[in-house]
This record gives sequence, C-alpha cells and structure tokens, in this order.
Amino acid sequence: MPAGTVIIGTGQAGFQTAASLREEGYDAPVTLIGEEPHIPYQRPPLSKGFPLGKQGIADIELRPEKFYQDHRIELIAGMRVTALDRAAHSVGLASGSSIRYDKLVLAMGARNRLLPVKGADLDGVLYLRTLDEAIAVRHRLESAAEVVVVGGGFIGLELAAVARGLGKSVTVLEALPRLMSRAVAPVISEFFRDLHVGRGVAVHCGATVSEIAGARGKVRSVLLRDATSHSAELVLVGIGITPNLELARDAGLATANGIVVNDYLETNDPDVFAIGDCVEHPCIFAGARLRLESVQNAAEQAQCAAATIAGRRKPYTALPWFWTDQFDIKLQMAGISHRHDRVVTRGDPATRKFSVFHFQGERLAAIDSINRPLDHMIGRKLIAAGAPLAPEQVADENVDLRTLAPAPGQRAGAPGKN
Amino acid sequence: MPRVIYVSAKGDSREVDVPVGATVMSAALKNGIDGIVAECGGVCMCSTCHVFVDEKFFGRLPPAQDTEEAVLEISAEERRPTSRLSCQIKVTEDLDGLIVRLPSRQR
Repeated sequence: MPAGTVIIGTGQAGFQTAASLREEGYDAPVTLIGEEPHIPYQRPPLSKGFPLGKQGIADIELRPEKFYQDHRIELIAGMRVTALDRAAHSVGLASGSSIRYDKLVLAMGARNRLLPVKGADLDGVLYLRTLDEAIAVRHRLESAAEVVVVGGGFIGLELAAVARGLGKSVTVLEALPRLMSRAVAPVISEFFRDLHVGRGVAVHCGATVSEIAGARGKVRSVLLRDATSHSAELVLVGIGITPNLELARDAGLATANGIVVNDYLETNDPDVFAIGDCVEHPCIFAGARLRLESVQNAAEQAQCAAATIAGRRKPYTALPWFWTDQFDIKLQMAGISHRHDRVVTRGDPATRKFSVFHFQGERLAAIDSINRPLDHMIGRKLIAAGAPLAPEQVADENVDLRTLAPAPGQRAGAPGKN
Repeated sequence: MPRVIYVSAKGDSREVDVPVGATVMSAALKNGIDGIVAECGGVCMCSTCHVFVDEKFFGRLPPAQDTEEAVLEISAEERRPTSRLSCQIKVTEDLDGLIVRLPSRQR
C-alpha cells in the first residue's frame, strides 16, 4: 500500500492541499497533521469579526469535521512534528511515533515576531495569529478600557478598529514613518491614518517601543524611545511573523527568508513540497523570489502543489491579492508593488473611493483600491494579462477599465495566468 | 426551516434544510455540497462560490451590491444574468425551495 501524501500544517495551505488532492482524484492516503488543537479554520476573521464576538468557532471552520471523513483525509490535530528523515521518507511526531510518506507537503506557516523589549512577557501583552490567541484577545477586550496596539500593519490596524468599535480608548504605535508601509502606497497610508484618527484612534508613527512597564506582573504602560509613555491595560502586538522553516532547514532543505522552492513549489528534494507563508517562491509578478503572507497565496499554492502531486504537473503563476477590513472600509490589493517607478490615482481620495495604480514602465504592477471593487477585479485581469497600458488611461475615470482588459483567450504577453 | 436545492453542473440535485439567516454558501459547506469552494470565506474577494439562481427566485433576492457585481466579473465560468455569489444570499422563509445551479468550475 502506498504511504501517500503527508501534509504538515492545518492552516489554509495545509487544508487546501488535502481538499485539492481529493478533487484532483488522488487516491492514496492523505494525512494532515497540525500543531493546533482545532480542525482547520479561517484566519482572516480572527482580527476582524471574531473579536467582536459575532462569530463562534463553528462559523470560521473551513469545513465541518465530517468533510475529513467523507474525503478520507486523516486529520491529526494537536500534534507537533519533531523530525523529518528524508532518506527514510518519514516524519517523527511528538507522540514518539512516525509516519511514512511518498510525498510530503510543508505548510508550516509562521509564528508571531516577538517584541524584543523588557516587559514584553507581562500579563496583558497579547499577540494574534491562532484561534486560541484570538479567544484570549476577545476575552481581554471585554474588560480592558485602554488598549495600545504595537504595529501599524494589517493585523494591528484591524485590531485597533475592532477595539475602537467596542468603545475602547485605542492608541496605535508604528515604528516606521507611515502605516502599512510594506504593502501600500503613501496615499493609502495617509487615508487610513485619517480614517483611524477620525474614529478617535490615537496614531503615532515613528514610535519605537523601548519597554513595557507593569505592576504586580500586569501591564500598565508602554514606553517609547523618545521617553513618552502610553498607559495600557491591554497591549496587542502585531509586528509581523517569522516563517517556520526550522524543520526543513534541519533536514537539509534549502532555506532563505522561507523554505526555498522552484516554480512547481518543490524544495531541493523532489518528494518534498513547501507552500504558503513559510515559502520563498519565484514570483513571476515580482520578477524575484518572494515570501507572501496571504490566504490567496496559501490556497492557490496548495491547489498547484496538489495538481502536481496528483500527476498534473503545473507551475505556480497565480496573481497575488490581499485585503484588509478596517472600520467600514475595505482595502483591496492586487499584484506586487515592490518595484514601480510611477503611481497614478483613479478617483479622488476625498470621496473615499479611489484606486492607486503602480506602474513599472508601461507594465501595470499593482493596484490598491478603496471602495472601488470593480477597479480591483478588472485590475487583476489587467495585471495578469501583462498587456502594456498607459498610466493616463487608467487615471481617466471616463475610460471603462473593462475595455482595456483583453478578452478571455487573448491574454497577451507574460506574465500570464494559465 | 427553508429548503435550498443545489443542482450540480452534472444535473444531480440535493435538498438541504438551511436556518434562516445562514447563507447559501455556508449551508453548502456545512452539508458537503461539492462545487462551492468559498476560498475567501465570504467577503467578496474571490468568485469561488458563484451560482446561477433559478429564474423563479432571482427576482426575490435583494439586488447585488457593487462589491459582488465586481467579483462576478472574474468568475471562472462566465457570468449570466442570473449569476450571484452564494455567500451574499441570506436564506429567508420567503426563499423556501430556492434552486441554485452550480457552475462546472469555480477556478
């Protein structure tokens, strides 16, 4: 009997690999192993609706438990994988047993970067990545009145909006000069700063935390390098994640800022794939190796790896997209904006409906859209098609973007979707 | 409890009891209806819960918002006049017997 495919990680990537293998008609055993004690669930709501108390665990499960039985997916939750023996084609579990594989998929995800300051271990300093952490945040938000959020990225700002929506006094501390600076254009950062400030959130950029002060083991305030202090009953830290690549590295697989894979999401061992947040892949849209942290990347890399494992070999060429919800605003992002030389805006930011188009020469590289969902969706087609566009065309609101998108089957140039 | 009837692209149909207020998408996932993927979890970022609503029911649905209309532009199987995202259809008593047909592919 074949050993089949073993998937390590029960996040979006791991779950989707298992589901897609069955959709592809893969018939050998599929084993899905995860450290978290839950069946696979969606992470995006954890920093959005979930802390508001609107959703229960059943609302965010990716599939009900029965799905795994029905699709012959052996789900081993609450189990850490401690060793990878590539020569023996087996993984060792914390329970002491081991499982053999024909193909292995590393969907190990990432863990929170920890705030490297004195007092970061005080009671009342919380992080958010897992469901258990989200339950703790939700519980603490019931009683805390003063909340300080460290980190003005997506997670920090989503949590700030949630806490403010619950009537808390909220302060956001961002070390860099603007919000979400790694991901969006300056005009978008400004828009969100105004949004938060307008809703009563205190936003401080260029604010580096030097210490968290407490009394009797509980957090009391956050101290900054410039010697200012912000009192806090609850400190929520969202300063990025670190990929879980140790198991791969210790097994001799190539790693950089993630587990290194080729176009087919294979590591330097052809029987070991790696996907999702823990992976650095050759991104055709960035023209470089890149590690992405998103649902889209996790789910579509999973489908791609599953297709290859099932015998339908397929390179990964999906267009990256992202979103964030803060207060009543949805920001939609498509493409990779790292390398651009020109930015044009479609619509007026004062109307709260606008998009920012990032160009590299005549190539549309990325779009950030606020309350302009059609720009975002058509933008995905335009970026994927790789057809040359004039920045003036997209900036002109009288031009219907749909007329610029190539018809299906006529997708010109690379990079393209297959 | 209102019933929703899911008809696969191959023509097989399955009838599911759906609590009022639940979406046609979430009921599909809970009941193991293949053909609804719901990659984004129901926030109008992907088109993988696309359905064709039976004409008898289409007019009874509240109209699609701009975000949903935009997503239908990128559906894997081309949209038709009765296309909707099932994550945006909340089941009501009035929709008892709702028939939705699934596209042959969602991505």
